[in-house]
Amino acid sequence: MNEQRFEGLSLAEIEEINAKISHYPDKAAVSIEALKIVQKYRRWVSDECLVAVAGLLEISPAQLEGVATFYNLIYRKPVGKTVIHYCDSVTCWMLGSDSIGESLCRHLNVKLGEMSADGEYTILPIVCLGACDHAPVAMVGTELKLDMTEDAVNKILGR
Amino acid sequence: MNKPLTKNINPDRAFATLADYESTGGYQGLRKAVTELQPKDVQQWVKDSGLRGRGGAGFGTGLKWSMVPMDADVPQTRYLIANADEMEPGTFKDRMLMEQDPHQLIEGMIIAAYAIQSNIAYIFLRGEYHLAAQRLEHALQEARSKNYLGEHILNSDFNLEIVLHTSAGRYICGEETALLNALEGKRATPRAKPPYPLVSGLWGKPTVVNNVETFCNVPHILHYGVEWYLGLGRGEDKGTKLFGASGRVNYPGLWELPMGIPIREIFEKYAGGMRSGYKLRGFLPGGASTDFLLPEHLDVLMDYEAVAKAGSRLGTGTLIVLDDKTCPVKMVLNLEQFFAKESCGWCTPCRDGLPWTVTLLKDIIAGKGRIEDLDTLTGLTRMLGPGNTFCALAPGAVEPLQSALKYFREDFERYIVADKESA
Repeated sequence: MNEQRFEGLSLAEIEEINAKISHYPDKAAVSIEALKIVQKYRRWVSDECLVAVAGLLEISPAQLEGVATFYNLIYRKPVGKTVIHYCDSVTCWMLGSDSIGESLCRHLNVKLGEMSADGEYTILPIVCLGACDHAPVAMVGTELKLDMTEDAVNKILGR
Repeated sequence: MNKPLTKNINPDRAFATLADYESTGGYQGLRKAVTELQPKDVQQWVKDSGLRGRGGAGFGTGLKWSMVPMDADVPQTRYLIANADEMEPGTFKDRMLMEQDPHQLIEGMIIAAYAIQSNIAYIFLRGEYHLAAQRLEHALQEARSKNYLGEHILNSDFNLEIVLHTSAGRYICGEETALLNALEGKRATPRAKPPYPLVSGLWGKPTVVNNVETFCNVPHILHYGVEWYLGLGRGEDKGTKLFGASGRVNYPGLWELPMGIPIREIFEKYAGGMRSGYKLRGFLPGGASTDFLLPEHLDVLMDYEAVAKAGSRLGTGTLIVLDDKTCPVKMVLNLEQFFAKESCGWCTPCRDGLPWTVTLLKDIIAGKGRIEDLDTLTGLTRMLGPGNTFCALAPGAVEPLQSALKYFREDFERYIVADKESA
């Protein structure tokens, strides 16, 4: 493995991506998983990392950029340590997701997609999280939070 | 045994381990398949069971499998995929199945792979389902350790590996051919059909894609037999299904019930009717991309044909309930915003038409609508309908819109007329 070629990626990232490649007949198949591996370590995908991953997968950076900008869990801008996705699909909307989103943004003094001043949080809307019997819901990092309320927002943000 | 899909789902434990799963007959269906039956026999059993795809379209599962080219003179690489990209707004059934009884999906997939003689299968799981990913990965390891997966499964000649692929969002990934592109690491745009994936799918090889819940039915059909399965449904369709309800009902939730159960029974008996202070105005019977039905449709049976006859689709079988204090126009705006955002942008009618419906609906709600806008919206429901777009996303997207224009027209007109009067 020529590490210089993939400057911008750590050895750990390269190893994890290579492990994924072994499951598929084609390197390019892991493009999404590779970007997610980069995000696991860096939270977002910089231009430098994007070019490095493209090199590792032997596809063009433009092709990988097309993939990176298509999927909504790939971030091409810096995000906070914890991304809070609140569901804005139909059942959650009916049961008050707008006010959950507003409350999250108000508490952190951010707009949707912005990083909070302390670098801790980014708030983003997301499509149906598949927990409509407990609407409204949100995903805090990787954890699903059911039956969201104003109080729950305060608790999550530690205020 | 009248609730096969949820028999291992128990509120007293987080999920069924391999031992829990085996203790109720788990992996016996697989054992029967690989040790007693030929692949063609398994296809026939599933065909005879009348099982239809639970992802929304309702295609015959056994029929689908039997269309895979398997003669000796065709390429011998075939792929099997579980569509676990549950993202239809209002739908929350596959998540429960995967989180609480992961082996049921895995066993169903192994039997299906045996039926089409596939040696590599993928679970295409939506990226947000972190807990399901953990539980599935653990269950796959357990299955490998007991030789339910791997080489010479249960001392047969059959080999299979299942790979868990976690995606990164986008509703369109649930569309079968878009899913194939996503799994190949590309943008998830749909492919032209034909060729159908059954003939030319993942990396150009024959590929079967089934929904999670569809696979979950398979172990039981093999274990308990076709006759037993045929006895489960109440109407035209066979088996049980997970039905659900969300919105302002007393007990939102998910229940395994016979196919063909009347909607009224789901709504009144299981969901407990409307919360106090709210009245039922209408409902989407099977997720966001199905037509509205009204209280007068409560006696319709929940099966593919009956719901279609009433003017909607069974879809995913999870009711989204509209109450009398929620504005149907605003609800439709929320739905169309979802579809407009999730359009992959590949074909023009969908890419441009859906945002146009959003603009018109927003204008109407803001009091800037004209009565002609309703005709434009109606026109759009036709232009974005079946046959005019590359895939089923836009035709699905306009289903709630067209039925809202039909059933809730006065709500649309009220915004427009009120504005004219105040002007």
